[in-house]
Amino acid sequence: MTIYLDFEKDLAEIQSKISDLEGLPDSSSSKNIKNEIKLLKSKTVDILSNLYADMSPWRKCQVARHPERPHTTDYINYIISEYTPLSGDRNFAEDLAIVGGLGRLGDTPVVVIGHEKGNSTESRLKRNFGMARPEGYRKAARLMKLADKFGLPIITFIDTPGAYPGKGAEERGQAEAIARSTQTCLEVSVPIISIIIGEGGSGGAIAMASANTLIMLEHSIYSVISPEGCASILWKNSDKMREAADALKLTAQHLKKIGVVDKVIKEPLGGAHRDKNKALEEVKKTLLEELIAFQKIDRQKIKKHRSDKYINMGSLSNL
Amino acid sequence: MNWISNFVRPKINAIFSRKGSSETLWVKCESCNSMIFHKEFSQNLNVCPSCNYHMYMSPEDRFRSLFDDSLYSAIDYDAPEQDPLNFKDTKKYTDRIKDAQRSTGQKEAISISEGQLGGMKTIIACQDFKFMGGSMGMAVGNAILEGVKRAVKNKSPFILFAAAGGARMQESVLSLIQMPRTTVAIEMLREAKLPYIVVLTNPTTGGVTASYAMLGDVQIAEPNALICFAGPRVIEQTIRERLPEGFQRSEYLLDHGMLDKVISRKFLREELIKLIYLLKNQPPPIRGNITESDGPNGRDS
Ligand SMILES: [Zn+2]
Repeated sequence: MTIYLDFEKDLAEIQSKISDLEGLPDSSSSKNIKNEIKLLKSKTVDILSNLYADMSPWRKCQVARHPERPHTTDYINYIISEYTPLSGDRNFAEDLAIVGGLGRLGDTPVVVIGHEKGNSTESRLKRNFGMARPEGYRKAARLMKLADKFGLPIITFIDTPGAYPGKGAEERGQAEAIARSTQTCLEVSVPIISIIIGEGGSGGAIAMASANTLIMLEHSIYSVISPEGCASILWKNSDKMREAADALKLTAQHLKKIGVVDKVIKEPLGGAHRDKNKALEEVKKTLLEELIAFQKIDRQKIKKHRSDKYINMGSLSNL
Repeated sequence: MNWISNFVRPKINAIFSRKGSSETLWVKCESCNSMIFHKEFSQNLNVCPSCNYHMYMSPEDRFRSLFDDSLYSAIDYDAPEQDPLNFKDTKKYTDRIKDAQRSTGQKEAISISEGQLGGMKTIIACQDFKFMGGSMGMAVGNAILEGVKRAVKNKSPFILFAAAGGARMQESVLSLIQMPRTTVAIEMLREAKLPYIVVLTNPTTGGVTASYAMLGDVQIAEPNALICFAGPRVIEQTIRERLPEGFQRSEYLLDHGMLDKVISRKFLREELIKLIYLLKNQPPPIRGNITESDGPNGRDS
């Protein structure tokens, strides 16, 4: 059962008509009914093409946060063979908002790390909606160091509203944990390939996305602050999230244009959640390409590649 | 070299002879509301004599209070492309920058200077909370990189005074990527084995705390500074409970193992001199001066 977003109301109506027709006792025999269904289905495609062709940044946010969108665990299960989850930060706790471990991408052993939002009420609570605590970032840093020790490329899946703003998280050094995770990203001499599959929320995202290659899915977002947060601070009104989303220019398309993002992966019509397997396959293909590209590069050059990228990127003087 | 005479007591005459003193004769303490005579306030490095509350201090006043003989030279850095995203909320970003430049007389939210600290050539970077909340954007990134490059070139220690509401929203993701960008700069210091000392001042929050401001070899904070990733209001809204007294303040962080020291402003100069000489594995500049001083260990009273 698809969940429709507020701007997809027409689609929901058509879909319910299709379901009604398909439920009729003579739907498989009646030519009229079959034709009507066919017509409605092609109308759906038209509407989807229109809606998703040139979508507003705020709508992109809605799609990026769609609860049925494939999450990190879906990607890992599809893309990584011999996946061996590893747990814990060795200091305080295991943070289920961040998953990670060893596995193979193609034939190559890799370390994979990602935010996991969960896909049911129960798992969302368990995963804290993908909002990690310091333990999560410390686990991520630990796994990156493990990868570095054994020369394994690192793949990170980014999908978080941001780091968790909680009392315990602050007491245990949320800021320091994020800073160290980012530092570890920049320290290791194995390639880091990051892909934003949904929400790339602020420091909680960049702590694992300071990468050699940053990829975004077509309808994912990447921002310094959520549009709602930005609206409430700058507009003093959180209902101005549409305006804030516009101003923040947080879409994959814009970020590609200004050189912050290296690659954008096209999603199935109507978003990754409408054809999960196709989305998973596209991501797998791209990750394999990137992995092969880095296999030819000397390890010390990989670290320098990443540092130089950030030194040159941030001032826009080279654009 | 007459820095020796300043060593124990920082020179402050340059501070209270400034223009500001004629404008208002009295300063009201933001904490205990007591009225402080302006001259006394400046002499006391903008700290309330009654309650020890540490108030805002401009980068220039900081430099004057820290460098030997209050002598230093500013390090210039590249100005980034202005407002590349054409950002506009209720006001245009370019107008916000102009307003901040007018009110502070500074070009951006950070100033970097070079001078002698206890006789050792040192780079000090200082964020200015009055310039758009000290927010980190491309200019702050450029400045830190430039300052670090100079430190590496001169084999100087790098000291950073942090003060910021976080990343500058008006630069969106371009401010976010200053987190790894400044971290690359800190990596350069590490590789060159140069001391990187952070002094956290009130307030230091968000993406600044979550990057270069928490990566110091030694982490110092001024008393009672708000230091956090997420601000107290955001947390209270999230967890729907009142936060304990002193939460996310310097002393609280010290208790939770997040800082090396909390130090009053008047002891900072001595402490920094002591640290850079120790970390650079050099004999103290004047034997005896440091140990005789009444500088604190850990938290001060
Ligand atoms: Zn007071």
